[in-house]
Amino acid sequence: MAAPTKAMLLDWYRQMVLIREFEETCHRLYEEKRITGVYLHLYSGHEASGVGSMAALRKSDHVITAYRDHGIALILGMDPKAVMAEMMGKKTGSSGGKGGSMHLASKDHNFWGGYAIVGGHLPLAAGIALEARYHGKDDVTMTYVGDGATNNGYFHESLNMSAIWDLPVVWIIENNGYAMGTEVDRASGQVELHRKAEAYGIKSFGRVDAQNALEVYAVASKAVDYARANGPAVIEHVTYRYRGHGVSDKQYDAREDMSAELKEWMATREPIVILRDCIESQYNDVADTLAGHEADAKRIVAEAVTFAEASELPSGYEDLMRNTYVSSERVHKTAHTIGAGID
Amino acid sequence: MAARNVAMREAIRRALREEMHRDENVFVMGEEVAYWQGTHRVTRGFLEEFGERRVRDTPISEMAIGGVAVGAAMAGLRPVAEFMTINFAFLALDAIANHAAKVRYFFDGMFTVPLVYRAASGWGNQATASHSHAPEPIFAHFPGLYVGCPSNSLDAYGMLKASIRDDNPVLFTESIALYPKPSPMPDDLDEDYLIPIGKGDIKREGGDVTLVAYARGVDWALQAARALARDGVEAEVVDLRWLRPLDMALVYESFKKTNRCVIVEESLPMYSFGSEIAALLQENMFDYMDAPIKRVAAEDAPLPYSKDIELLALPDAQKVVNAVKEIL
Ligand SMILES: Cc1ncc(C[n+]2csc(CCOP(=O)(O)OP(=O)(O)O)c2C)c(N)n1
Ligand SMILES: [Mg+2]
Repeated sequence: MAAPTKAMLLDWYRQMVLIREFEETCHRLYEEKRITGVYLHLYSGHEASGVGSMAALRKSDHVITAYRDHGIALILGMDPKAVMAEMMGKKTGSSGGKGGSMHLASKDHNFWGGYAIVGGHLPLAAGIALEARYHGKDDVTMTYVGDGATNNGYFHESLNMSAIWDLPVVWIIENNGYAMGTEVDRASGQVELHRKAEAYGIKSFGRVDAQNALEVYAVASKAVDYARANGPAVIEHVTYRYRGHGVSDKQYDAREDMSAELKEWMATREPIVILRDCIESQYNDVADTLAGHEADAKRIVAEAVTFAEASELPSGYEDLMRNTYVSSERVHKTAHTIGAGID
Repeated sequence: MAARNVAMREAIRRALREEMHRDENVFVMGEEVAYWQGTHRVTRGFLEEFGERRVRDTPISEMAIGGVAVGAAMAGLRPVAEFMTINFAFLALDAIANHAAKVRYFFDGMFTVPLVYRAASGWGNQATASHSHAPEPIFAHFPGLYVGCPSNSLDAYGMLKASIRDDNPVLFTESIALYPKPSPMPDDLDEDYLIPIGKGDIKREGGDVTLVAYARGVDWALQAARALARDGVEAEVVDLRWLRPLDMALVYESFKKTNRCVIVEESLPMYSFGSEIAALLQENMFDYMDAPIKRVAAEDAPLPYSKDIELLALPDAQKVVNAVKEIL
């Protein structure tokens, strides 16, 4: 692995401030009821985990994740306008407004989606990697999975299958300390989560401080190379969520000990600051570029909000039924349709 | 008798709490039931009151939640296992359908499985397709399992108590939309107030059309009945309360009077509650039938995130009124 170039580091900074601005804006829009619904899981605090690891991928590789997917989508280069429109359930959203916050995806970016059932995406990851093996391609499937999800049967069955079939999956366990309100050690007998994968014979690249994008990148590069050549690899990213589990369940994180813990993480392990310090310690001509990225993030997200709010909501029976099946004719006239808007 | 309005979640909490005091073998397990105080706040305060032995947080391991409850029940405990939402009970479907519902049968009565699965159910609030199921009929498919689905606070109280005290496995669903909804509970309610498993209830009397519903569907049926009454149509609302066993005698009695029926449910239309009730009516009440039986259910699509089309997909009182008008 080559050390990250100046251009790379600056681009990571761009990605991270864009994610933070996007997520904090989502948070505010939800409070203002401009984004509605019950699920909105933010990536604030996790930025370096996604940015550092995806920097190790090439364009033909694949990415899949759970519902905490906004950051992943933005890192892959999805249009923030389409992502914000999806938050608002608009027709111009990346999933046409049908999927919402938890179901971002982009075929153009080999982003196979965010998934809302804990662990549900893990066998899909193995399946996507199977296609690569099947056709003799060496593209890897980078798969993000929460600490809590490692206690689910999906995790174990999928990892085991990836091992016996040598599937090129990089399993990245984003250990942010909690699954909703459950600390890792209250839910997992093995608290070094990457070792669960070792039990299936999967090559472990250990635990990484995922608030530090450079460390993340260094380890991910090795794991990606390994997976490309051999088969599945696992990395455990130690990170932290800044905005609790999600918007609809915040009282737990409001507890005093939790707020103190959060403050501690923000003060000492803030991923954007860590990256910035690293860049500034190496280069003394970057102030304008960094400031430019910060200003751009604000502008891009503001434009995304304007775009999303000006877009139309899907409406009517046609929009509701479309893509239930490949061919929509077959569902349009069931005997069961009752109600408004149907002839 | 003096009564007070109580939210359904409070009624369920009260029933569960009293049953835990009554029987030391009753315990709760599930995701976030203890420290987080319950995702839907049903078990709020339980950890403090009963301790970790009887209020057990589980990992996100639905398959095990479903099956551990079966083993514990076979061995003599009376688990009340919570699925955070019923969507996640799909991961436990094997434990529920193949073991909870069948161990008694395939060992010819050697074991009993006195467990209750509680699960929050229902559509709405942009929860998106995978988190928007109201699939009670799927679970009601399996002999060996009872399925209870209350529509108000007092029913929830009496039905949950009956479920916990019964020696059969019961899947007990709680409509998320009804959790905050207040309805009257008598002040001097007896702690042994039980609603027998399989007993339905007439929620409104009327002679012109029978509306058969359960859980949230009862709300839509009652709203529709009030709207219809303004046009001089008197609807009788039958709340079946249990999808298994089904109190068809109550439906037949009503149907003999009205000769017309609309079935209302929150779930999907195919292979549904409505399909079952309609089939039974035509088999057994053919001579009393004056009009086609109508069904109001969700539209036959996964539930989208976007709010207007989400509402379009959901059943509501207006759709019930429309269906009634088609057969009057
Ligand atoms: C099968 C299933 N069970 C439960 C849930 C509810 N749920 C959603 S997210 C979550 C916690 C997951 O925690 P973790 O895997 O650590 O990911 P994080 O949210 O921390 O990123 C739970 C229990 C679900 N969506 N799917
Ligand atoms: Mg977590």
